[in-house]
Amino acid sequence: MMEEKYIISDYCIIRNNRIVLNGEVVYTGNESSPGEFFSAAYRYFTISYAKFFKMDNLCKLGFLASELLLRGKNINDVYPGDEVGILLSNAGSSIDTDRNHQKSISKRDEYFPSPSVFVYTLANIVIGEICIRHKLFGESFFLIEKEFDAKRSYEQVKQWLDEQIVRCCITGWVEIDNDRYEAVLYFIQKTSVLQEGIAIFDAEKLTDIYLLGK
Amino acid sequence: MEALIAKLKNEIIEVLNLTEMTPESIDENEPLFVEGLGLDSIDALELIVLLERNYGLKLATAEEGKTVLKSVRSMAEFIRKNNKG
Repeated sequence: MMEEKYIISDYCIIRNNRIVLNGEVVYTGNESSPGEFFSAAYRYFTISYAKFFKMDNLCKLGFLASELLLRGKNINDVYPGDEVGILLSNAGSSIDTDRNHQKSISKRDEYFPSPSVFVYTLANIVIGEICIRHKLFGESFFLIEKEFDAKRSYEQVKQWLDEQIVRCCITGWVEIDNDRYEAVLYFIQKTSVLQEGIAIFDAEKLTDIYLLGK
Repeated sequence: MEALIAKLKNEIIEVLNLTEMTPESIDENEPLFVEGLGLDSIDALELIVLLERNYGLKLATAEEGKTVLKSVRSMAEFIRKNNKG
């Protein structure tokens, strides 16, 4: 039996009004705010998912990156939903939306918290949005860490794959704080046939990709 | 009444982030939930907040909510009937 290797089959980087998919710049915008940039990219890629516009910016960013990462993969035909894991991380948790929520409750005589803002005051909701979109329900969690820790992501995803808890995994960094945003998502799969140019999954390669264009 | 319906449509588009819609594309007689606009439970809460914040109106019971939030027209009728402003 041939030995299976873990590979980074795809990656998507969104930062500085630019989207890179597997090394190729696929979209550049000149919108003045993250929300406008995400919406412009959504339209450019003709994504059809009305709920996108109701999401907070963290979810829009994660959703957009995952959408491009999995584009054309028919993931539901390849993997059962419970065999796809998701491990994401960031530094600010849901701080961007937390601030919006705080604004709506800061004045006693204007105390009107918005339910649709409040539901996004948890960072792991971005995982939920991706799972709902793609009907995924495998192992998942969201880490809060000072900066992208490639070693930790590698070790956790490797453990899931080694122990056959999942057969593939979406992992990476999704961060937004005011006008500063960054998403770097990777799709990790197993393969017994290593094609030329495909990166082996390890912490060093995760870091190399993360630093591309930074 | 028609002016209130038009105003309400704009407010609904704003609070529910229905950025792809225009007031003209919303039929005031269509159901707001499941069919029609296809709103969900969080949207219902948002509409309840809208009624309170913009019109000073509170829904007394869940049953009343089902009637009032049936369509844009039913919301407008509830506002016209109860708004003291």
